[in-house]
Order: sequence, then C-alpha cells, then structure tokens
Amino acid sequence: MPFMEFVNFYLMPGIVLGSIYALGAVGITLVFGILRFAHLAHGDLATFGAFTALGVVTIFGVSPWVALPVAMVVCASLAIGIDKLFYDYLSERPKIIVVMSSLGIALMLRAVVQVVWGVDTETYTRGIVRPDDYWGIRIRDREIYTIIAMFVIVGVLWAFLQKTRWGKAMRAMSDNPDLALLSGVDNRKITMLTWGIVGILCAASGFFLGINTELKPLMGWTMLLPMFAAAILGGVGRAEGAVIGGLIVGIVEETSVLFIPGEYKAALAFAILLLILLVRPTGLLKGKVL
Amino acid sequence: MELIGLLNYVVYMAIFIGIYCLLALGLNIQWGFSGLFNAGIAGFFAVGAYTSALLTAPESGVHLGGFQLPVVVGWIGAMIAAGAIAWPIGKVCLRFRSDYLAIATIGVAEIIRLVVKSEGWMTGGARGVNKIPRPFGDLSYLYSQLAYLALVLAIVLVVYWAIERQISAPWGRMMRGIRDNEDAATAMGKDIKARRLEAFIFGAAVMGFGGALFAHFNRSITPEAIDPMIATFLVWIMLILGGSGNNRGALLGVAVVWIIWSASEFVTDQFPTEFAIKAKYMRVFIIGLLLQLVLRFRPEGILPEPQGTASSPEVKTTQKQEGAAE
Repeated sequence: MPFMEFVNFYLMPGIVLGSIYALGAVGITLVFGILRFAHLAHGDLATFGAFTALGVVTIFGVSPWVALPVAMVVCASLAIGIDKLFYDYLSERPKIIVVMSSLGIALMLRAVVQVVWGVDTETYTRGIVRPDDYWGIRIRDREIYTIIAMFVIVGVLWAFLQKTRWGKAMRAMSDNPDLALLSGVDNRKITMLTWGIVGILCAASGFFLGINTELKPLMGWTMLLPMFAAAILGGVGRAEGAVIGGLIVGIVEETSVLFIPGEYKAALAFAILLLILLVRPTGLLKGKVL
Repeated sequence: MELIGLLNYVVYMAIFIGIYCLLALGLNIQWGFSGLFNAGIAGFFAVGAYTSALLTAPESGVHLGGFQLPVVVGWIGAMIAAGAIAWPIGKVCLRFRSDYLAIATIGVAEIIRLVVKSEGWMTGGARGVNKIPRPFGDLSYLYSQLAYLALVLAIVLVVYWAIERQISAPWGRMMRGIRDNEDAATAMGKDIKARRLEAFIFGAAVMGFGGALFAHFNRSITPEAIDPMIATFLVWIMLILGGSGNNRGALLGVAVVWIIWSASEFVTDQFPTEFAIKAKYMRVFIIGLLLQLVLRFRPEGILPEPQGTASSPEVKTTQKQEGAAE
C-alpha cells in the first residue's frame, strides 16, 4: 500500500479520533487522579454537551463553533451540579459507591438526551464537506480544527496546572490529599474546580465527535471504553499521558481495520486496556494505580 | 376468560422475576459478599443464554449447532462458559481496586454483544437461535407456563440454598473479611486475588444460568432480546434496594423493582404513541434517580446485611449515623 494512502485513510482519521479521545481521557484522568474514582458518566456527559451545542445551533441558527463555548459552560455547571446533588453526599463512603452512582447518572443523562432530542441521528450542518489537499495529505477543515483545538485546550490546562496557584493545589490533591488538606488547600473548592474543568473537556470531546461524525444518544457511551483505555495507558493522573494515550488508542483503532474485521474496531480499546493493566498498570508515564 | 388472561400474565411475570432472581443472587456473590463491581451482567447473561441455546437447539443451517443435547447439559455448559469468560477478566483486573473491574466488565459486555452480532455462523446473527427446546414445552400453554415457573422457582431455591451455605461457611466469612478490610485479611495470610477470582467466577456462572433459563423460556434468543445497559442496571438497583449482602434482600429487591418497572410500562403504554416512546426513557431516568436516592438515604437496602462479628465496625457506625440522621 502506498504510504500516502496509509496516511490519508488510516493515520489522519486515527489522529482526529485520537484527539477526541484525548479530550475525554484528560477529564477522566483528572477525576481518577484528584477525586479518586472511575467516572462512568463521562461519556454520557459528553453526549449531553454535544446535544446542548446542537440545541444552540437549531434554536439560534448560529454556527456550531459559536455553540461550543455555550455547551462548555452548560456542561461545566451541570458537572458541578451533579457533584453537589449526588456525589458529594457519598464522599465519606467507599469510593466504589460513587462509581455506582455515576453509572446511574450516565443512564439519567442519556435518558434526558433521548427525551429532549429523540433517538434519531442528528448532524450540526448538512451537506458533504470534501477534504482539501495539502501536499498530498487530504484533510477537512474541521479535522484540522479538532486537532488544533485539542492541543490548545490541553495546553492551556497544562499551563494552568503547572503555573497557577489553583493548578498547583489540584496537583497537590492528586499527589497526597491529606498533606494538601494540611497545607491549607480547600478541598471543596478544588473539587468544584475539577468538575468545572471536566465539564468543559466533556463538552469539547462530545462536540468534536459530533462535528466529525454524527450525534447519537449512545455516542458518548461507546467512547467511554476508549477514553478509559487512553487515560490508563497514559498513566492515571497525568494530563499529558492522557493525550498520548488518546492518540495511540485512536490511531490503533483506525489502523486496525487493515488487520482485523471492521466490526471489532471497538474491541481494540478493550485489548489495549487489558494489556496495559497486565504489563504496566502505572501506564506509560508512571501514573497512579488505585 | 379474563381471569385466565390475568393468570397467564402473573405466571409470565413470575418467571421473569425468577430469572432476575438468579442474576441478583449472582451479583450478590460478587458485590454483596465480595465487593466486586460487575457492570457487564448482560454480557454474562448473553453468554449463558447462547451457550445453552446452541448446545440444545436442533440443526438449522443458520448457526452453529445441531447438538440437541439434553437441556441440563445446556445449563451446565452455560455456567461453565460464563465462568470461563469471567476468569481472564478477573485474573487481570482483580489485583486493582474495583474501579478497573467496572470498566473492564463494561468492555466485556460490549465485546460479547459485538461477537453475537457479527459472528453469524455461530450465533445466527440478527436472526438469533430459534426452536430452543423448553422443558415441559409439550403441555398446553398454561400448564407449560406453570410447570416452567415451578422449575425456575425450584432452581432459584436450590441456588439460594447453595449460596447461603457457601456464605455461612468459613469461605463466606473470609470473603466478607476481605471486602471490609483487605489489609487485615492479607495479614491473616489470605490469598485475596485468588479468593476474589473464585467469587467473581461463581457469580458469573450463576448469571450465565439465568441467561440459559431465559433462552429456554423464550424458545429463542436474538441480539435484541435484552437491552444490555438497562438489564444490567435493573439488576444493580434490585440488589442495592433489596439489601446487598443479604440474599433474601436480593430476592425481595427483584420482586419490588420488577413490579415497579412493569407497572410503569403498563402506565406508559396507555399514552399516545409519540409520547409513549419518550415516556419509556423517562422510566429509565426515574430508575436512575431511584438508585441515587437509595444510595443516599438507605444504602443498606430494605433488608440490611445481618451484622455479625465479621463486618468492620467502621462501616457499621457510619451506617448507624446515617440511619439516625434520617
């Protein structure tokens, strides 16, 4: 197979899909690292974000790109609200109870999407967009924007975590919650901040999946496994690891069709997850193991 | 005539409750007694259903099979197959906290669904497996249903008795010990990984048995027979509401939740069509909300786990405080 064909039909779609996974995986890794549980409602929160953007597009008739920030704000508030209403009350109990609660939240969020928007497949814009040619690489505008947006969002987040006081407090919570508490880090504020950031990331990953493919009530749920595989592959608690993990999972999924039947593309994330847990549970970048 | 119809409906419902009882008992072994989070109940259910179906169904040319083995062999095969799927997953994931198991079991259920859909030579694809023999299937409709109900109830009783026996044995005390204080159990020299693996496989086998009973009851099994997420979630809410760690609680929870679930379907079916579809999703929302409320206000369920000396005092006191706060 010619090299350019491989790049155009397998590698580029893999990077685009990987960027979408990366946005979700960063959120998962934050919850996993700072709040210390597997957030199973993550995918459905992304679905909700994608459909919120769709709602803005259909009601106000604006471009989807204008709708994205709105969806981010809505999702961030929703994530904070869910924490205050449900998860917060379970914080004294074993963490696995919160995991169960998040499974229930996943179903509730999906039910809301299905009631409000129905079960049909939707798109942000109609019509087929032909890819442009850049020195032999065929890529659509929206795909370029997806990749750039991922790096910008994660870059800003990374700078925030490294440079600002709040970011440092979040990392302190992730490293050692007791020590962070003793050093005067406000647990409640950090939790709120984390959920806000997670909501923004969810909305972004759902939106970019929606704009590159289509919107379905199950879109986020099917993303959940690849996102978790990416977060664990990169190392739990490591934002940059989640990006690397996301890109690897995306590229492996897209190139796998060369070797195995296309139906089993979704099984690849699971195989990666089991493999990494078997050989290196800390992930590529030495993350946490719960 | 009306009375017969009602009786048929009640028997039909009772058989479903019996099948869900097996799933809830299986989950109780995993979650209630061992603290293992299985979010892929529907996957183990499907493996059991298909295994038993393929072992006992007549030759069809569409799917693998034509073995026409006795139904009992199908049931045993269903339990072995479900346990065999659980083994590698448990082997990899049980070293870590249960969060990893939760994710992995979601993945397993997803992959089993993919295999069932795409490997048509084996499972018959979308058409599924039909003409599955049913014990007492030759009797007239009502008697056949009643006989099957009796069979299901007998099986539930036997499984209930077997689990109770196992749980009151030293093995059960050890499992609760591991669940409540892993470090102490390790210090006592317990092989935590191996014991958890036993519980995980045992529970999965019981779920597979539930799947087999479903396949033989329906006489057919297709990929669309059950909605995986909803089935899994219903079993969870049944166990949590009834009282995890208490087998009688699990059975009670099944009856309560299944009756609420079916009654709400009965109500939503009265609505006009376009509204009825949306109402169906509202039911899912309400079930999700019910879980949140139970977790917050009555985490121990309707029938709490009997507090023996084996459970950790820490857990007990927090539960008491919450009880007092109500």
